Amino acid sequence: MISKLLFNEFKNLVGENYILTEPEDLVTYSYDAAPLEAVQPAAVLMPGTSEELGKIVALCHENKLPITVRGAGTNLSGGTIPMAAGVVVLTGRLNTIIEVNEDDMYAVVQPGVVTAKLAAQVEAKGLFYPPDPGSQAVSTLGGNVMENAGGLRGLKYGVTKDYVMGLSFFDAMGNHIRTGSRTVKCATGYNITGLMVGSEGTLGILDEIILKLIPYPEHRKSIVAVFKTIEEASETVADIIASKIIPATLEIMDNFTIRAVEDFSRAGLPRDAAALLLIELDGYPGQVEEDGSRTVEICKKHGAHQIKTAENDAEREKIWSARRSALSALATIKPTLVLEDATVPRSKIPDMVRGLYEIAAKHKLTIGTFGHAGDGNLHPTILTDKRDKKEWTKVETAIEDIFDTALALGGTLSGEHGTGIAKSAFLEKEIGKASVEFSRRLRSALDPDNILNPGKISGK
Amino acid sequence: MVEFKELSTQLRELEEQLVTCMKCGMCQSVCPLFGQTQKEADVARGKLVLLESLMNDMFDHPHGVNKRLNKCLLCGSCAANCPSGVNVTEIFIKARMIITGYLDLPFIKKVIFRKMLAQPRIFDKIMVMGARVQKFLLTEKHPDTRTASLKILSPLLKNRNIMPLADIPFQKSIDKLIQRSNPTGPRVAFFTGCLIDKIFPGIGIATVKALLHHNCKLFIPKNQGCCGIPALAAGDKETFVTLVRYNMDLFSQKEFDYLLTSCATCTSVLKKMWPSMTEDVAPQLRDQVSLFAGRTMDISQFLYDIAGLDEPKQNQDMDEKIVTYHDPCHLAKSLAIRKEPRQLIHKAAGYRLREMADPDRCCGMGGSFNLYHYDISSRIGNIKKENIEATKCHTLATGCPACMMQISDMLSKESGIIKVKHPIELYAEGL
Repeated sequence: MISKLLFNEFKNLVGENYILTEPEDLVTYSYDAAPLEAVQPAAVLMPGTSEELGKIVALCHENKLPITVRGAGTNLSGGTIPMAAGVVVLTGRLNTIIEVNEDDMYAVVQPGVVTAKLAAQVEAKGLFYPPDPGSQAVSTLGGNVMENAGGLRGLKYGVTKDYVMGLSFFDAMGNHIRTGSRTVKCATGYNITGLMVGSEGTLGILDEIILKLIPYPEHRKSIVAVFKTIEEASETVADIIASKIIPATLEIMDNFTIRAVEDFSRAGLPRDAAALLLIELDGYPGQVEEDGSRTVEICKKHGAHQIKTAENDAEREKIWSARRSALSALATIKPTLVLEDATVPRSKIPDMVRGLYEIAAKHKLTIGTFGHAGDGNLHPTILTDKRDKKEWTKVETAIEDIFDTALALGGTLSGEHGTGIAKSAFLEKEIGKASVEFSRRLRSALDPDNILNPGKISGK
Repeated sequence: MVEFKELSTQLRELEEQLVTCMKCGMCQSVCPLFGQTQKEADVARGKLVLLESLMNDMFDHPHGVNKRLNKCLLCGSCAANCPSGVNVTEIFIKARMIITGYLDLPFIKKVIFRKMLAQPRIFDKIMVMGARVQKFLLTEKHPDTRTASLKILSPLLKNRNIMPLADIPFQKSIDKLIQRSNPTGPRVAFFTGCLIDKIFPGIGIATVKALLHHNCKLFIPKNQGCCGIPALAAGDKETFVTLVRYNMDLFSQKEFDYLLTSCATCTSVLKKMWPSMTEDVAPQLRDQVSLFAGRTMDISQFLYDIAGLDEPKQNQDMDEKIVTYHDPCHLAKSLAIRKEPRQLIHKAAGYRLREMADPDRCCGMGGSFNLYHYDISSRIGNIKKENIEATKCHTLATGCPACMMQISDMLSKESGIIKVKHPIELYAEGL
């Protein structure tokens, strides 16, 4: 509960319609897309301007009130689950694309702009904003920056961090901080921009983002290759990259996922295939065509017994809609879906896949695997029912096994979903005690009262 | 009335459907209401969590949940785009029934639904009287959209442009229309629907003209009952079941192979809601309902799939008029009927289809949503209006009388000259 006095201050600041404190509203901000314990905040605020946002932070600082910022609430690691005594700040009304600069190829946006909306707007001008997380139709750019969101195009184009040129944000005291610039190069001061990206709302609260744009690729080519074993498919991935071909997207789907997609959407996928690779090349037409034929040859060499190249946009769309429906298809099988994103160096994909099969067999769990094979980021997806307490315990152990397997292969706990609450207890396993301590010291220096999204990343 | 603890027990019936939501939040991208308010309680994910919370006894009373649950257009955009296939509309309507069972219907709704709507003969008489008195209350009609507003106290209705009641309801014209004998075509029953009978009889007349042209054997009983959607939306199961039973009896008088409607909402309700909301009635009625639902078809689908559309008569002198088509949620999202009404326009002599941006974006009507949340409804409707006007069309066509009312209201706010028609009216014009 927040005091009547503070409530009135908030109300005067944002307006009566934009402060929510009824229990029926608070419940709807107690969760995100991660299957974790829900926590209701004390109030929800919807600022309409940067000034309001700044004043909210200052008020929270004065009152030592925890703040959790929420965009579309699609977080998969619990990063937007608030603290019981704290407030949730929504960025939904801060949704203006302030500038799209075609000459210098950058965009300036408020944090609540939806990713797909920016992508569509710059595409209309022949420009390209490549990061395409699965939730891009609803996810916000503020959320993408704070989680360092990835997507299907990581292999060639990188992830959100590769497109953030500059930021402005409010620190824990409500001071307005600027970092980075509109220039391609910038060497003044600390690289605070780099520190802020992926900080999950624990170091500051964004109010403006400068994003790099690139020219839209002229030509694309999509290929699907069918394999008899998942090893053949994984070896093909390694060989394509070793041959200096960098596809925009290089996705893998295992047999369980293929069958689920086929049951779900009748996309015409071969149900008996052990694995599929879905490949998209883009760039200049000449190079795309040449790389395309070389890719087909590599697939054949490694035993692909069926290879299909999309002849037109409709066929291309069919391939990618099958890939996009993978998660939905798996989601319809069981009530609860646990989507992991442990990532390994891509040469270790065959070992990771083998490890996942062993984990599924050991715990007698259903795990479908698909994901971004090209950048080593697989999505083992555990299908379960959270209400089944006994199975849920097995799921929790299996998740730990997945983490251990990825780390043993030199990988990371999370390629793109963030640490949040879900992985904070395991962080030390990956980066060591000293690194966790360093993170905590950094945090307590910048946020002595621990009000910025407490409990996330480094815990506490 | 049921006890409060009984409420959560009853909500448990929905548990298996509720748990299929994985809280991915993708519904935010398509919900017209969320697009306006940005509030989680307005989007499907939030409402499903509220029902789950009520089921888990997290609140002392259901009023807050009820209020938020009712703030929904029931357009089904979320369900049509849900990655996990959550049957959102069905869950919401069942939940409204359960909660209304506990809270009881407000007195005024009880009178309207149970004393009027549930008794079609009385309802028809009241509406005929209404048509007589309305001329004392309403202004001159808008020349293009045929809407009118209240002469006095218009601000009470927030300056709405209302579609007046027709002078003569459709059912009074039936005998005159069907005089030809010996049809050889399919046996067709026509479920008129309240809005076509009482406000848009022209759609009914055009439908009959087209069906006769295609040689159908027609059966159109008089004093038909409402499809039940207003009662369903208000959670009044009693009235809904009464209406289903009434219509069943009425339509069982003759044999037919197809049950047609020209109203997107009626089609969707007969085809989907009648079976899914009568799971607990007597087996005999249930079997009959599923038989009827199986035979139900939208007029455009019937003409395109079964009767076969005529090629338009060529007339060199005629300038082609531009038509843009709005997809009613209850056809496009509920039944995936998108191509058929467009085919009807293609085959309408003298008209050419030009698509608007986002033709399947909800118009914001949502039945009673428009009554209770006119401001939001208008803001959503205005987006539709702008998309329509951008096509520079002569006519807006849509297969849903309720959408026609909303769009007419929006278009009448300025001195627009766009006509609002049902595709069957355009097709029948050229026959």
